[in-house]
Amino acid sequence: MAVLLIGEVTNGELNVDATSKALTAAVKLGDVTLLCAGASAAAAGETAATLDGVSKVLVAEDPSLGHRLAEPTAALVVSLAGDYSHILAPSTTDAKNVMPRIAALLDVMILSDVTGIVDADTFERPIYAGNAVQTVKSSDATKVMTIRTSTFDAAGTGNSAPVEIVSAAQNPGLSEWVEDKVAESDRPELTSAGIVVSGGRGIGSEEDFKIVEKLADKLGAAVGASRAAVDSGYAPNDWQVGQTGKVVAPDLYIAVGISGAIQHLAGMKDSKIIVAINKDEEAPIFQVADYGLVGDLFTIVPELTEKL
Amino acid sequence: MKVLVPVKRVIDYNVKVRVKADGSGVDLANVKMSMNPFDEIAVEEAIRLKEKGVADEVVAVSIGVKQAQETLRTALAMGADRAILVVATDDVHQDIEPLAVAKILKGVIEEEQPGLVLAGKQAIDNDMNATGQMLSALLGWSQATFASEVNVEGEHAVVTREVDGGLQTIKVKMPSIVTVDLRLNEPRYASLPNIMKAKKKPLDEKTPADYGVDVTPRLEIVKTAEPPVRKAGEMVKDVDELVAKLKEAGAV
Ligand SMILES: Cc1cc2nc3c(=O)[nH]c(=O)nc-3n(C[C@H](O)[C@H](O)[C@H](O)COP(=O)(O)OP(=O)(O)OC[C@H]3O[C@@H](n4cnc5c(N)ncnc54)[C@H](O)[C@@H]3O)c2cc1C
Ligand SMILES: Nc1ncnc2c1ncn2[C@@H]1O[C@H](COP(=O)(O)O)[C@@H](O)[C@H]1O
Repeated sequence: MAVLLIGEVTNGELNVDATSKALTAAVKLGDVTLLCAGASAAAAGETAATLDGVSKVLVAEDPSLGHRLAEPTAALVVSLAGDYSHILAPSTTDAKNVMPRIAALLDVMILSDVTGIVDADTFERPIYAGNAVQTVKSSDATKVMTIRTSTFDAAGTGNSAPVEIVSAAQNPGLSEWVEDKVAESDRPELTSAGIVVSGGRGIGSEEDFKIVEKLADKLGAAVGASRAAVDSGYAPNDWQVGQTGKVVAPDLYIAVGISGAIQHLAGMKDSKIIVAINKDEEAPIFQVADYGLVGDLFTIVPELTEKL
Repeated sequence: MKVLVPVKRVIDYNVKVRVKADGSGVDLANVKMSMNPFDEIAVEEAIRLKEKGVADEVVAVSIGVKQAQETLRTALAMGADRAILVVATDDVHQDIEPLAVAKILKGVIEEEQPGLVLAGKQAIDNDMNATGQMLSALLGWSQATFASEVNVEGEHAVVTREVDGGLQTIKVKMPSIVTVDLRLNEPRYASLPNIMKAKKKPLDEKTPADYGVDVTPRLEIVKTAEPPVRKAGEMVKDVDELVAKLKEAGAV
């Protein structure tokens, strides 16, 4: 079967981690063609060609494809769709924006956040904030899906797949990019980091969130946050971990001042080792923690940063 | 401008979800149901647009079981002007798929001609995050998902979106489909007098057939299972013990 994987291209660069994790899911389904689309995408295409398991890379470059606006990107993918039985993308916000639009244009259902591939028509996906896992069998001609990257390992590199140029579809001209507000950071990316340190409402202020960041920096970790911490303005929105934020599964997840609401657990309960620091010994986060420490985070976290 | 707000009746976000023993689904009999939290945010935004004079009417639409009337009454009590209920099933365990919901909404929109649709970004039961995008595709309208700020400026709307890298602002042509994220606003509570008033506001009932839509699912649910449970860990007494344990486990 022929599979089209949509590479995660941001500002001309391929997000190798997300793309290669979705690729691991894609190769289970058939022969994989990887599409890199953007205002500039040639460099991303070159990187994509090195990923193991890719048979062919398609590069589509056009100003209208910059910033992954949904309408032109969907139009491009639909113009290519006829050749493929499956169209996949890693479950990033870009893909969540575009893939359902593609599915509807093809008159098929979307399979969101797939965590398991049973066979070519049958897939597993979490529902109810991960409180249940549903196995669904699709009767649609084309399967359009997003892949939850935290459940698949990254494919290797060393390949040199052929690269072909394809042209953009006509831009529907419905939306324009205005600006991005992206915080520059030297820290690892939240969804690919080996260690994540997250802070919750218990931190109490934006200034005090620094103590979480210091611990993260000591460990070379990414920083995460609960929804309450983001809503309160202690942390930016792109740090939110959970049902409606990012899903992470690092080797080590340290939750500081986070109670452990189900919506938060949905985003981190597949981490290998979970540490919880909370002054309330009844906090539900302790039910999923491998190591729990009850006490005041304002003394524990600096001490931990010191001693690690 | 008329604003249309699709609202879904879902399990209350505080309820502990239980998978049925026979693997056929999640137990929804006799559990508390509420408006999808994102949809409350969408209703709130629509009402604020009306209060600002940008919108002149807010219409709430729900698709599902008859009991979704209650969800629509909540929207009316918050301040929506009228409601449309599309009764698509009588089984509380049957979820209508986003593609079918989008097709029905398209039918409603062709009749109602709103200038803007404000939907939630995601239903917290099926976690699909799809309906708004699908609806926008079917109508050939612009889309702006995961909105944390919406400014309607005549023929366009400027929308700030919560994305993986931070925030993205785009300008979309009206009419548009906007899906709302958590940080857009804080929904109001309906006051008692408004709850009383809502009982008298118009609520129309329709069926999918009225819009020529077949709601037969495209995805057959083979089974529903509990996720693997994490085994409980251990409590450590102090930082030294924690550091020792983490080193022992090779985690740091
Ligand atoms: C539709 C919807 C979607 C949601 N999506 C998400 C999501 O994606 N991610 C998410 O995280 N949440 C999400 N939530 C919110 C979720 O339900 C919780 O409200 C949230 O996770 C709570 O955040 P918290 O644990 O930081 O705050 P709280 O629950 O207030 O917990 C704070 C904790 O800090 C502890 N604490 C306080 N002071 C100290 C101290 N000095 N030392 C040590 N511990 C201390 C307290 O004991 C408490 O346990 C969502 C909710 C809804 C309705
Ligand atoms: N059955 C429904 N009735 C009304 N609105 C719905 C329904 N299903 C989905 N929606 C809308 O679409 C949004 C996203 O839902 P979903 O795509 O299922 O995650 C919800 O927040 C609602 O605004």
